[in-house]
Amino acid sequence: MRPVDHAEASSHFIEATAHLEFHDRRLWDLRLKRDREAHRIAEWEELRNLASAIKEHTLTHLADYLEQFEAAAKTNGAHVHWARDAGEHNQIVYDILAARGAKTLVKSKSMLTEECDMRPFLETRGVKVIETDLGERIQQLDDEPPSHIVVPAVHKLRGDVSTVFARTLGSQPGNNDVHYLAETMRRNTRPYFLGADAGMTGANFAVAETGSFVVCTNEGNADLSANVPKLHIASIGIEKIIPRLEHLAVFIRMLSRSALGSPITQYTSHFRAPRSGSELHIVLTDNGRSQRLGMKDFWTSLKCIRCGACMNTCPVYRRSGGLSYGATYSGPIGIIMDPVFDIRKYSQLPYASTLNGSCTSVCPVKINIHEQIYKWRRVMAERNQLPLVKKEAIRIIGKVLSEPRLYRAAISATGLAIEHLPRFAVYNWLNPWGRQREVPEPPKQSFRSWYLKNRTGQ
Amino acid sequence: MTSRDAILAAVRANAPPPAPPVPPIPDFAPAGGPLLAAFNERLAAMGGKLAAADDGATLDALIATLFPDAKVIASATPEVRGTRPLAAATAPADLADVDVGVVRAAFGVAETGSVWLSEDELKINALAYLAQHLVVLLDPAHIVGNLHHAYRDPRFATARYAVLVTGPSATADIEGVLIHGAQGVRSLTVVLRPL
Repeated sequence: MRPVDHAEASSHFIEATAHLEFHDRRLWDLRLKRDREAHRIAEWEELRNLASAIKEHTLTHLADYLEQFEAAAKTNGAHVHWARDAGEHNQIVYDILAARGAKTLVKSKSMLTEECDMRPFLETRGVKVIETDLGERIQQLDDEPPSHIVVPAVHKLRGDVSTVFARTLGSQPGNNDVHYLAETMRRNTRPYFLGADAGMTGANFAVAETGSFVVCTNEGNADLSANVPKLHIASIGIEKIIPRLEHLAVFIRMLSRSALGSPITQYTSHFRAPRSGSELHIVLTDNGRSQRLGMKDFWTSLKCIRCGACMNTCPVYRRSGGLSYGATYSGPIGIIMDPVFDIRKYSQLPYASTLNGSCTSVCPVKINIHEQIYKWRRVMAERNQLPLVKKEAIRIIGKVLSEPRLYRAAISATGLAIEHLPRFAVYNWLNPWGRQREVPEPPKQSFRSWYLKNRTGQ
Repeated sequence: MTSRDAILAAVRANAPPPAPPVPPIPDFAPAGGPLLAAFNERLAAMGGKLAAADDGATLDALIATLFPDAKVIASATPEVRGTRPLAAATAPADLADVDVGVVRAAFGVAETGSVWLSEDELKINALAYLAQHLVVLLDPAHIVGNLHHAYRDPRFATARYAVLVTGPSATADIEGVLIHGAQGVRSLTVVLRPL
């Protein structure tokens, strides 16, 4: 498998200027809204500390809390299944559906089912799967993965959605009115809710003491998926567990504020037991999480509550789009999670960062994201996963920096080169940095030569 | 080995050094101010409406004024008659043609403008989502300050289904344009009425 070339993929995103400008502005706007909501709460930093501490305690006692959750859920009348990986997850879901003759499944957004690539698995076995979140449905109909974990179609403009809906839902071609497009989706989806054999949700949190799980959404689609059909299946990653109900308050207060800058999602839904006459199935899924737990430098990435704040604030993400990461999870959090799934395929992602640390400062559970990105670079170098150009460049820089004479010669040569060489010799494929920026003007004199001239003998 | 045992064994084998349990969470009581005013402000910010107080009118009359075109009004509270009785045997999909659903919330949350509903209040959970509009009765004396207070409510541990509903269903998935009435109700109106 060739590594995903983030820089190459980004170059296509950057070419579409209108899309790029909107994407950048829209996500920065979410970041500003997040700041406004966070600043309204005096105890915000205390909440972040609490959230981090709750997650770290839970993750270091995860097996105990998983057992407690399972026991409580079973007492509540839910069925609990365990999946080691994506394949097992998909098979379990299919078997539940097949045993009940279920042919249509309405589902709300779940990054875990994306991770497991569940939709094609079910569809080749004759199950019709309908995504019911607007953004996720747009992506499904356009045969693209979500580009953002909270706003899946944020890289598309209204004209793109109009084209997709005209092609797939029979909306008026060329009608780009956003209200019309959303209403088209509502009317198309409603019959599926009413007629589906089964509904599926993910979970944002699972509470060990009550055996219940929580789904946070704005559109009402998760509650329709769970409350209309007689069968509700919930896919839950094992890292979603928290010990007690009182801990939920800490996370619910921060989740939507961090994600969208709203005080809470329109619906914060708690599922503890099946409705009378219905079935509730929970699929607890590992898929690499237990392995990640054993990685000294990287296990705290399991604290992530999938708010997307790190993506919204990241200058690289905002200007390259989620699809350019070629992975289920994109942006800063994606960079530190994806290599666990496939170290070679995602070996270049740690370089899709300026290491400015903004991701770390907005993270509601205080994951040291930028430090982990840096550490992944080291892992890639140690595992010999660097491309030749980068490896050579680092070798030469290492040599130059370790020898003062070479360094001085290089500095004055670079200054002369920038000043005197024709543009094509400075701005070419050997200098990707200069593709979107001007190289800074070289100083007339280096610090060392100034020092030698002015301070000698003092 | 079953997948369950394999996962638990891997989690145990890979567990980092234990981090201490977290002490009880403080309640971060909101600093002063009337809860009702805060509730109203947040409800409006989340796209919800507050019905003008009119203690003289019956609730059925009030709802008829708010939704003059409504043909099917289904109420989960005995305080409102509506036009369609909700029997325990009503299947969720039977609510597809409901114009206005009516329910009494157990309590509200000032910090977020949310109302708390469970199967006890809703009778049929889907009422809060399949109806085109939702009217929620709330006792102004039953408003708690913030989510820490809300999660102390023991009903979270006993309800099969419990939801904090905040305004109507909404989406901003296309170019960030806010639309009320995504997949669930198009509007949510809170009527303050003591029990």
